[in-house]
Amino acid sequence: MIMKIINIKNMRQFIHKWGSPKYFYHYAGRLLPWFCIAAISLFSYGLVGALYLAPPDYQQGDGFRIIYVHVPAAFMSLGIYSLMTFAAIVGFIWKIKLSDIIIKTAAPLGAWFTFLALVTGAIWGKPMWGTYWVWDARLTSELILLVIYFGLIALREAIPDKELAAKATGIFTIVGFVNIPIIHFSVYWWNTLHQGDTIQVFGKSLMAPSMLHPLLAMILAFIFFFGIVLLMRMRLEIIKRANKTLWVREFLQS
Amino acid sequence: MLKSFFIIICREFSLAFRAKQELINPLVFFVIVTSLFPLAISPDTKILQLIAPGVIWVAALLATLLSLDKLFKSDFEDGSLEQMILSGTPLSILALAKVCSYWLLTSIPLIIISPLIAFMFQLPVRETIAMLLSLLLGTPVLCCLGAIGSALTVGLRSSGILLTLLILPFYVPILIFGTGVMIAAITELSYAGQLALLGAFLVLAITLCPLAIAAALRICVNY
Repeated sequence: MIMKIINIKNMRQFIHKWGSPKYFYHYAGRLLPWFCIAAISLFSYGLVGALYLAPPDYQQGDGFRIIYVHVPAAFMSLGIYSLMTFAAIVGFIWKIKLSDIIIKTAAPLGAWFTFLALVTGAIWGKPMWGTYWVWDARLTSELILLVIYFGLIALREAIPDKELAAKATGIFTIVGFVNIPIIHFSVYWWNTLHQGDTIQVFGKSLMAPSMLHPLLAMILAFIFFFGIVLLMRMRLEIIKRANKTLWVREFLQS
Repeated sequence: MLKSFFIIICREFSLAFRAKQELINPLVFFVIVTSLFPLAISPDTKILQLIAPGVIWVAALLATLLSLDKLFKSDFEDGSLEQMILSGTPLSILALAKVCSYWLLTSIPLIIISPLIAFMFQLPVRETIAMLLSLLLGTPVLCCLGAIGSALTVGLRSSGILLTLLILPFYVPILIFGTGVMIAAITELSYAGQLALLGAFLVLAITLCPLAIAAALRICVNY
């Protein structure tokens, strides 16, 4: 399969091929089991590492272990929005049907991850900060992200015409992206309660390897889990949208 | 290009002065809402000065939102929006003209009357000046951002609540820095920093928002 992709020299052709719902449906189905294997193995390593192998924190004791859900969820909340923005831009330039399917199916997932990040943060905040919620810059901007996700879903639901709804939500997705850097840099711009980033992509992370590795595994596991749910939802959406085309009819009959 | 910009503004003004009630609504809303707070919370001077920044800014923000859903609606319904798109002038310039006239017609009266509100909240002069400056820089940003939401929902019959949901998240930074200016003025600190940030938001909003508004309008008119 990889050879096939490399052989296609023409970038435009490549994009249109992967943007075609039929092609995507087929290969997404093939990718799914691999995603499942990756997610299960990463989750099993990550969870064992997080709950058993990693030593208790010297200050927070075992309470810190919620980081293994909180950080991946927060990471996903930003990552999914960035993916949706990317899809929206690609959709605007190349007018690909698939990009709107991504935006539509990823939005509720992003909202759930944002909600999860907020809830785990609140649970973690009570014993460590002494409060479930503060109007800290990071927390507030994350809450705004949740509202933007709601706005995206509501905008699509409100517009009866599918084509128009797709374009309008695309624009709104791109406009809403301004919030993502604000969330990311909020801990540096405003010195409030929420701590800075523990994991550094460039440079040394501020965590012992025994704690860090399970965290990275959990982040990857969350990504694959998201990939599984996204692909399944996208496949369903493709079938729903293309239910009048020949290949879907033939596929459903077989 | 500049000519059609001013033609749009003149048109908006003549339209607005033919429906004076619509013009006065945000202003009345602003005055009523702000004057309810001293009655509801406490007429104590200290408390009033404490809550003034938040109350004035939230009321100004909601007053801006109040008639925002009608910004492009009448143009959409009578077809003049299509004519604007078909005219050779870039749509973003025309959209900017619409936003400018909206700001001049709704926010400027509100800013003019705001010293009276500040007087009711017993604010000192220094803080009143801070309030005027923050509103002067902040409200155009509110109008620009709001117009995006208004353009996205132009074809919908009941867009009020949806528009609020779409736009309010983007109003939060403006609200934070707008009230930040006033709070800094109360605590006798320099408020130049927050004001400069509001100015930066304004520059960004004026340059980028018209493009988003134009893109949204183009899509919704095809509908």
